[in-house]
Amino acid sequence: MPGLGASFGRGGATNFLEDLANSDCIVIEGSNMAECHPVGFQWVGEAKARGAKIVHIDPRFTRTSAIADLHVPLRIGTDIAFLGGLINYVLTNELYFKEYVAAYTNAAALVGEEFVDSEDLDGLFSGFDPEHRVYDESSWQYEPEEPPHSGSDHPEEAAQQESAEQHPDVKKSDRAQAAGSGGPPIAAKPKRDETLQHPRSVFQILKRHYARYTPEMVSEVCGVEPEVFEQVAKWVTENSNRDRTTAWVYSVGWTQHSVGAQYIRTCSILQALLGNIGRPGGGIMALRGHASIQGSTDVPTLFNLLPGYLPMPHALQHQSLDQYVADAAGKAGFWGNKRNYMVSLLKAWWGEHATAENDFCFDYLPKIDGDHSSYQTIAAMIRGEVSGYFLVGENPGVGHPNSRMNRFGLANLDWLVVRDLQMIESATFWKEGPEHETGELAPESIGTEVFFMPAATHVEKDGTFTQTQRVLQWRDKAVEPPDDARSDLWFYFHLGRILRERLAGSDDPRDRPLLDLTWDYPTHGETQDPDASSVLREINGTGPDGRALSSYLQMKDDGSTTGGCWIYCGVYADEVNQARRRKPGKEQGPVASEWGWAWPLNRRMLYNRASADPDGKPWSERKKYVWWDEDAGEWTGLDIPDFEKNKRPDYVPPDGAKAQDALAGNDPFVMQGDGKAWLFAPAGVVDGPLPTHYEPLESVVENGLYKQQANPTVEKIDGPWNRANPARSDVFPFQVTTYRLTEHHTAGGMSRTLPYLAELQPEFFVEVSPELAKLRGLANNEYATLVSARTAVEAKVLVTERMRPIRLRDGTVVHQIGMPYHWSYAGISTGDAANDLLGIVMDPNTHIQESKVSSCDIIAGRRPRGPELLEFVEGYRQRAGVESGKVGLNGRDPVAAEAGEGSNL
Amino acid sequence: MKTWLDSWPVYRQLTGPDPFGRGKAARSKGTEATVSRTATADRVVKSVCPYCAVGCSQNVYVKDEKVVQIEGNPDSPINRGRLCPKGSASKQLVTSPTRVTTVKYRRPYGTEWEDLDLDTAMEMIADRVLEARRKGWQETAGSADDRRRVNRTMGIASLGGATLDNEENYLMKKLYSAMGAIQIENQARI
Amino acid sequence: MTTISSASAAFTGRDPGNRLYGPVPDVTEQAGYVEEHPKRVGFFTDTSVCIGCKACEVACKEWNTLPMDDSHGVRDAIGLSGMSFDNTGQLGANSWRHVAFIEQSRTVDLPMPTFGRPGDDRHDHGPSVAGSGDHDSLATAQQSSVLNAEALSEFDPQTGQSGADKQVRWLMSSDVCKHCTHAGCLDVCPTGALFRTEFGTVVVQGDICNGCGYCVASCPYGVIDQRKGDGRVFKCTMCYDRLTDGLMPACATACPTQSIQFGDLDELQARADARLATLQGQGVETARLYGRDESDGVGGVGAFFLLLDEPEVYGLPPDPIVTTRDLPAMWKAAGKAAAMMVGVAMTAILGSRRS
Repeated sequence: MPGLGASFGRGGATNFLEDLANSDCIVIEGSNMAECHPVGFQWVGEAKARGAKIVHIDPRFTRTSAIADLHVPLRIGTDIAFLGGLINYVLTNELYFKEYVAAYTNAAALVGEEFVDSEDLDGLFSGFDPEHRVYDESSWQYEPEEPPHSGSDHPEEAAQQESAEQHPDVKKSDRAQAAGSGGPPIAAKPKRDETLQHPRSVFQILKRHYARYTPEMVSEVCGVEPEVFEQVAKWVTENSNRDRTTAWVYSVGWTQHSVGAQYIRTCSILQALLGNIGRPGGGIMALRGHASIQGSTDVPTLFNLLPGYLPMPHALQHQSLDQYVADAAGKAGFWGNKRNYMVSLLKAWWGEHATAENDFCFDYLPKIDGDHSSYQTIAAMIRGEVSGYFLVGENPGVGHPNSRMNRFGLANLDWLVVRDLQMIESATFWKEGPEHETGELAPESIGTEVFFMPAATHVEKDGTFTQTQRVLQWRDKAVEPPDDARSDLWFYFHLGRILRERLAGSDDPRDRPLLDLTWDYPTHGETQDPDASSVLREINGTGPDGRALSSYLQMKDDGSTTGGCWIYCGVYADEVNQARRRKPGKEQGPVASEWGWAWPLNRRMLYNRASADPDGKPWSERKKYVWWDEDAGEWTGLDIPDFEKNKRPDYVPPDGAKAQDALAGNDPFVMQGDGKAWLFAPAGVVDGPLPTHYEPLESVVENGLYKQQANPTVEKIDGPWNRANPARSDVFPFQVTTYRLTEHHTAGGMSRTLPYLAELQPEFFVEVSPELAKLRGLANNEYATLVSARTAVEAKVLVTERMRPIRLRDGTVVHQIGMPYHWSYAGISTGDAANDLLGIVMDPNTHIQESKVSSCDIIAGRRPRGPELLEFVEGYRQRAGVESGKVGLNGRDPVAAEAGEGSNL
Repeated sequence: MKTWLDSWPVYRQLTGPDPFGRGKAARSKGTEATVSRTATADRVVKSVCPYCAVGCSQNVYVKDEKVVQIEGNPDSPINRGRLCPKGSASKQLVTSPTRVTTVKYRRPYGTEWEDLDLDTAMEMIADRVLEARRKGWQETAGSADDRRRVNRTMGIASLGGATLDNEENYLMKKLYSAMGAIQIENQARI
Repeated sequence: MTTISSASAAFTGRDPGNRLYGPVPDVTEQAGYVEEHPKRVGFFTDTSVCIGCKACEVACKEWNTLPMDDSHGVRDAIGLSGMSFDNTGQLGANSWRHVAFIEQSRTVDLPMPTFGRPGDDRHDHGPSVAGSGDHDSLATAQQSSVLNAEALSEFDPQTGQSGADKQVRWLMSSDVCKHCTHAGCLDVCPTGALFRTEFGTVVVQGDICNGCGYCVASCPYGVIDQRKGDGRVFKCTMCYDRLTDGLMPACATACPTQSIQFGDLDELQARADARLATLQGQGVETARLYGRDESDGVGGVGAFFLLLDEPEVYGLPPDPIVTTRDLPAMWKAAGKAAAMMVGVAMTAILGSRRS
């Protein structure tokens, strides 16, 4: 999560669920916590029972709103305006936590003279390249205190890195996400003005940037009445000070926007101003939606990352290990040890073959050179550029936006391996689905060879999940998987084994990485299941004596240590699987440090040094958490300090200090190059150093703040299968938002197939307001058809006052439709797939799609069947002035000029 | 005689302290034999719910190598033994009759699934991986005047769900990177 | 041989021990568990913290291996109800927990609620539908609405002030068998299939039930139900089997927010009284306990509720009365004949054995 990473230095949730009980005010925004995380919601209930105010900011009144003190119905896609309004309120009324802001944020830092704010360029920042639609971030940099990169081990290479960073192909490769555990690199620490009065100080820039985000403007943009805004502002600010803390809870309601990372940045700025980061009952609780989403980015199967948020080497920047680490080596903060982490990873992978002489096999790593994210890969499939695809517990034919486009991708592969529990739609696309109904696909035309490989369930294998608050929890295998079902660990281990056997004896240099790979995990039982704990131990890493390391601080760059994921180092400390610890919560204190293991180093609350004042004393008795014990000469408290244990609060780094030694005793954000929380992000966020309100791509409203309507750097994919609805179109006049329900799970493979869940939400439905129902003649529990430039889907209608039209100041009424996305044709509970309706446009930081807001039309009755459906949608496209969406064979671009007849079967 | 008569409900009802026959006197053989399947389980195994990211700890009751019950583990400081409807249904995830437990194969342009032996399938997949890797191999990439070494294959892509274990993700990334595949993605992006 | 007590209520027409009506100090002992027995247990369902997740429904079905689908009794009948998020409909043979969803709203400026939403008036007219934003229809809607305007106070735990102009309340409540002190089902069961357990709960014994269905009509709450294709009746057992293993019922174990609390009934009652006082102290004047009163028509229940509106709103009868309340009087007349029959039967059996 670059939003958090660029602000605080790590991408993980700052606090933990149980800690919500300590909050005095909880704002749930961009999350439907009661429905999507019901068991976690018990901690909100605890807080409420203790008198905390609960605010739910959401376009829909949900089961979360039902328990909140106040529901704020805002127009979809306007959170930056709302949060920006709160920032302005806090600054204007001087309600920020002054000592905290002065000491722990970059408010005092000076920004270079070249920087021009979006307020002065009508929605663009300085450095915009209209041709490539990317920013050159050079003008956003701090005014350096010392010559740039002078702290670096390799100043020249670091400078080269920095300039390469601005190359469009590097931008596209999602470098921001590499701030998952270590803030973005900066050239040097900034000059500071401790009075915060310098016009180029971050504080003054921030003030100017949000000056127009007044309650009236919030009302105009978000459709939230000023008195409601004031109520939220009052509760939040009254509960943010030395004695009280406010927590913010978000989820994919923020990330799935074309400016998603900036939503989180806005909240980060606000929470930093209010002094709520690193303190009990405060923080930003990022709720992940799946058992191990956090784990899947920490130990990533993502194109742009290696384990521990080390970036995947980029062809333009990283042809050697020296180049790879140049941007960070020697600089302040723990990222300064990047070389130690990388060498340990290379040693874990290539063992004895990785030596100082051969750059520790750095060249064995393939290089990226652009955006190779999921949706671009789907487009490449349709172009016939991808031979084989593995789907491992994922159902893109239902769960991904524009699932229609995803299915076309699958239809153009040579082969597909699906590993799942049930026969999901992405495995049966060749014989069933909407495109078979329309005649666009047929088994006879699809050459994709499909292997359905049955998977093991969570109780049929050992292993760890990393849940939403960074805690790794080990599962013990309860039973063997049935028949041919196997764990994914088994599958990849044995696939690797077979590949290595096939290549044995090869002298082709490209096979060396496979042949030299450490791949000798012990196996168990008849099926030769690899030992998961030995993999976890490899992830943890070992020292020169071959024993498990207990901290990443022990990692070296000389090849004497190994470690598959440096941030997980310590999970196998003392040769004990720490993730398997299960000391009952009742036998522990409120932090429960002996339940599982949290990265980093079992610290449960990040940046908790900020729970004490600059001198190391708790801000208040009530919010005491971690503090400096002068007698013992160490930091102590309820949690493990997220700080060097013996670094005095008054420590000042000597000249020439490197890495963590270059951070002062009052720099709580230890992963940042300057040790501070970033109100202004001089690096790390590709679409602006400060969040700015842009309308969603398919907004029905004009941007009330800037001429620039939408995110200027938004990422698009063009093709007949991904036509965009024009903004402010009369043809697609309503906003639609997608979400999930308590009773189902994502694309439904794990819920629509289970009778007890399926019957609870048995059919695809949409939620509309009585006003929209009247406008379009929709009736409760009858069918309606929703249409976009992609396709049309039908759903039952629930007419409910929980949905409401948003009235803007100028009298515009924005109707919003709620559309849960769990369904498709397979399983017990079925319906059209909501995601078929959506197009794909992406946040340029994360390549996450804007599935939380798009536009559509809605009419009463069922959709046309068969080829008529294609004509029906094409008619809409024509009326909206959108290019044809007709496709050729298997969804490919129509070849002939007169194409447009659909499939030429 | 006494024993026989004692087991006759009407007798118990009319003679005992439960003259209406609404309680003790009405207990059937089945009731007397009531036993909870948590009590008869062979073992209780500690697990974690596979749905959302709260990370609810689960107690998995196993009897005769079958899962007979999954419920919240009260020891967990995170969920305190509680589960949502999905977590409560997770036994069905394991025991579902519609679960597919054998390999299914669809040949190019085929119209039906076919059965395939697991080992054969693994060998066939390995063949295809090597071929796709070869077909999509790039030694260098970039503009004509600035070729950079990339040593990678564009022939293979992967998309994982976020219910993958850390250990699984780790082996995947490790193996894919070693074979040169870079288009490796996860639900975490979605 | 013990003599048959001629003082039994069944034969006297009197009910001095409150065996069929009124408060009972120890319902378990009354059911014959005279020796040491566990305290009476129950459910306290605090609807003010219910988030409508339906974990109770699923955990119940999973533990008790109930068939899918419920009120319809047919697998194919699955479909959207159109009544808010409630697709279970009602308690039945296959659904022993049922979460009701009631949507209410009112415009803040108006003294009266606007109009009912899906689920409000389901018991009368089915869900209300589109177009009800029409102000002309408001008057009628208000009259037929059970919505209590006073209930929508600022402090109501299930009222979200939504925006500046509206208050929306989404009531959610997990219903269950009440395990009555005077259980109509139990009193009328002719086979002894229904019985009161040592925990004070009321349970059907599947090995006895012959599917006569008398109990179905006798339940003042409409809880007990015959399963199609089986014929026998089924309802919540309060997880009798789990209780024997010292565990809580499955629903209460799962409930994420402790809306469903299980425990000794007297303790739950005390807890509920305290919770009610808290809410009322916060100004939630319409908060009330339902089934807590031991002098009500069923002698109080083993599964009682904290509600935020009139019981009818939740589909609960406002004044349930055990259907066997008047039995003593009826039985007085029939008593002699019954005694004679039993006497004849006993003589015959004993006589045949002797010979």
